[in-house]
Amino acid sequence: MKLLKSVAEFIYDFVIGDDWKIAAAVVLALAVGALLAALAVFAPVALGPTVAVLLLLAFTLSMVIDVRRKAS
Amino acid sequence: MGATVGLFVATFIAALVEFVEALTIVLAMGVTRGWRSAMAGTAVAVLALAAFTSVLGYALATWLPRTALQLVVGVLLLIFGLQWLRKAVLRSAGLKALHDEEAEYREQTEAARSAGTGGGRWGIDPFAFVVSLKGVFLEGTEVVFIVITFGLNAKNVPLATIAAAAAGVVVIGLGIAIKSPLSKVPENTLKYVVGLMLTSFGTFWAVEGLSSVNGGHELSWPGSDWSILGLVVVWFLLSRVLIAVLPKLRRPAVPQPAPSPAGKA
Repeated sequence: MKLLKSVAEFIYDFVIGDDWKIAAAVVLALAVGALLAALAVFAPVALGPTVAVLLLLAFTLSMVIDVRRKAS
Repeated sequence: MGATVGLFVATFIAALVEFVEALTIVLAMGVTRGWRSAMAGTAVAVLALAAFTSVLGYALATWLPRTALQLVVGVLLLIFGLQWLRKAVLRSAGLKALHDEEAEYREQTEAARSAGTGGGRWGIDPFAFVVSLKGVFLEGTEVVFIVITFGLNAKNVPLATIAAAAAGVVVIGLGIAIKSPLSKVPENTLKYVVGLMLTSFGTFWAVEGLSSVNGGHELSWPGSDWSILGLVVVWFLLSRVLIAVLPKLRRPAVPQPAPSPAGKA
């Protein structure tokens, strides 16, 4: 059990790292992208730039939250 | 052609940075506790990594449907790349300490000198063995991850492997020649570059991978592979803006009141 827990912790630290907001931002942006693709809101060629903008915004937000939370 | 060059360069630089960090740990153990133990730990780590790579590569290639593979690998690469980019932005903005290989070497050698001796078999010092094994395995896991994710999505795992191996040869060669941590390697700058490349390639492939949830209808980028260059520029510009703005957003620390002197009122 202890070994399984260690492996799980290793995988979490490796993939998610020390800021879970990054992973959440990526998953959220791509989920919105998948929804937009399924609903055919944009032409397929426009979806990439749209998702990129979502990722940029989500990353920016997570960085700002991170920095605002920490006092200097 | 451009994507192939990008694959080689990105994998080479990412692997170079990780190998430099692993070299520092092995050097510290070798110099303070003995090379036999440090090399033994390194050898076991390399074998473990080879096994890990085989299992991971096989699992990803056979357990996931091909359409989902690109999405999963793209998402993992994107998250990984953004972690690197986040740290690079914080370091450049002065909000996180710069990575210092000399300081890391000093820390490792001090720990090695103060650790107890004895308890080993076959002339192997357990402390040096375990630290070397752990250091090489952990840094190597990141190299393996980059090789597999990049290689699978670029459909050229052999080239990614060659790039990583080339980086290993360069670092080991320099380590043997200089016999000290490679502190002159501009690691922080390289990590910034790698973060940008991993993030840009990850963004590109993750979106293309959305085809798997789009009923198989292909999703492509305008300008195809040239979009990657555009993504690099955009992520770079955003990172420069964040580097300039984030320090201004940090809340000042609340000054703590001085403790009142003890004694009668």
